[in-house]
Amino acid sequence: MPSYSDQVMDHFRNPRNVGAIENADGIGKEGNVLCGDVMELYLKVKDDVIEDAKFKTFGCGAAIATSSIVTELVKNKNIEEALKLSNKAVAEALGGLPAAKMHCSVLAVDALKKAVADYRQKTQAK
Amino acid sequence: MRRVYLDNAATTAVDGDVLAAMLPYFANYFGNAASLHSFGQDARQAVEEARQQIASFIGARAEEIIFTGGGTESDNLALRGVASALRTRGNHIITSSIEHHAVSETCAFLEREGYRVTYLPVDQYGLVDPAAIKGAICNETIIISIMHANNEVGTIQPLAEIGLIARERGICFHTDAVQTLGHIPLKVNDLNVDLLSASAHKLYGPKGVGILYVRKGTRIDPIMHGGEQERKKRPSTHNVPCIVGFGRAVQLASERMAYDIEVVTGLRNRFIKEITEKIDNCRLNGHPSQRLPNNANISIEYVEGESLVLSLDMEGIACSTGSACSSTSLEPSHVLLAIGCPRELAHGSLRFSLGRQTTAADIDYVLDILPAIVTRLRRMSPLYKKELR
Repeated sequence: MPSYSDQVMDHFRNPRNVGAIENADGIGKEGNVLCGDVMELYLKVKDDVIEDAKFKTFGCGAAIATSSIVTELVKNKNIEEALKLSNKAVAEALGGLPAAKMHCSVLAVDALKKAVADYRQKTQAK
Repeated sequence: MRRVYLDNAATTAVDGDVLAAMLPYFANYFGNAASLHSFGQDARQAVEEARQQIASFIGARAEEIIFTGGGTESDNLALRGVASALRTRGNHIITSSIEHHAVSETCAFLEREGYRVTYLPVDQYGLVDPAAIKGAICNETIIISIMHANNEVGTIQPLAEIGLIARERGICFHTDAVQTLGHIPLKVNDLNVDLLSASAHKLYGPKGVGILYVRKGTRIDPIMHGGEQERKKRPSTHNVPCIVGFGRAVQLASERMAYDIEVVTGLRNRFIKEITEKIDNCRLNGHPSQRLPNNANISIEYVEGESLVLSLDMEGIACSTGSACSSTSLEPSHVLLAIGCPRELAHGSLRFSLGRQTTAADIDYVLDILPAIVTRLRRMSPLYKKELR
């Protein structure tokens, strides 16, 4: 098993913003149960600003920690700004990730991108 | 915090008696067992005593025991050594799809060297079918290697029957008995094996020492060169303290194995029964009865194994998982996939391996903690929600 940073263990132990948002403005799902990681990211957006973010994740310690930190990093951010979040920045915010776990940060950022895309689609439809 | 070690299949704590037996051989009797003087002879005598203890325990002769650096080396020596010695006779090897990597990766290496390897499937319980072995044998077959008991799911193979088939055809039969020596009765003549690998640290002995039993008359080449030790089959200065520890560990096992089996099996059976009752969508992997006394391998749906192991570790409980996330590859355990365990369940697998020191209170503690951890992680899991809809 890889050795995790204190920040990863903190987010694994006390994940922030766990849960789903009722009537979310944007939902992003990423991952595959067969691979052992599934993430769902929920966004509450008002005037293009992310007011709330929550997640549900099936996966390893790094998958849970990266989901958790992403919800923290994007809260109160403009969606354009949130889209600039790179997987590297996610890993850095966690004090680094073991090489074999970098894909978890990619999954978390991809889930975010999908949630924003979902929000845009919904707002355009209105 | 309470600490409960349930990863004895990975390694065991060195028994106090074993440690005490080893200590004089570091600084007092430090001689090289190959030296002619009395310092060397003291060491030599200790090595030969240990060899005799181990040989008696498995029903072998002392000269049939080769000391190695561990189970992995023993497997390498057995397969590569016999393959090399019998190269002119044939180039086909038969093994199973659930072997430890020490065997399967060595077979893969031999494939690159030009040998042909048949990896036989197993049934849903992890059992190799002796009839399938019979069917896979051809004129070119030189060695069959089937593990005694699987390290992940604990299934015990019908070795005696397989060994008979091998013997009828004059084929060398090897077994990796790393999980069984000292844990279940094991006599080389009952199992009809020609080569057997084992390691001291799985039976309360030290790390860094193993044996390869080689039946008299079996042709085998060394895989290392540079010394006369172990009848030139395994050169290198003897690891005297660890060899002495191995001998003592085997002696202790012979004294208390029957008792240990009874106690450990009782605790293990209660654990399996109660944990599968307490946690919904939780199932046992492996054979219901034909399994190692200390092994409980379960799959818990909708949660991932590494998260479980980390969470249990935070509560002082040590176990392991077959999830991909615990390794550097993205593939879950090859053993769980081979027994037909769905990938998502392989990712949610936990292996608890009890030991001599495990108490009823330890089991109660895990039965108390694990369901709460599963509830917490399932609350986080998007999969559990969907099932409830």
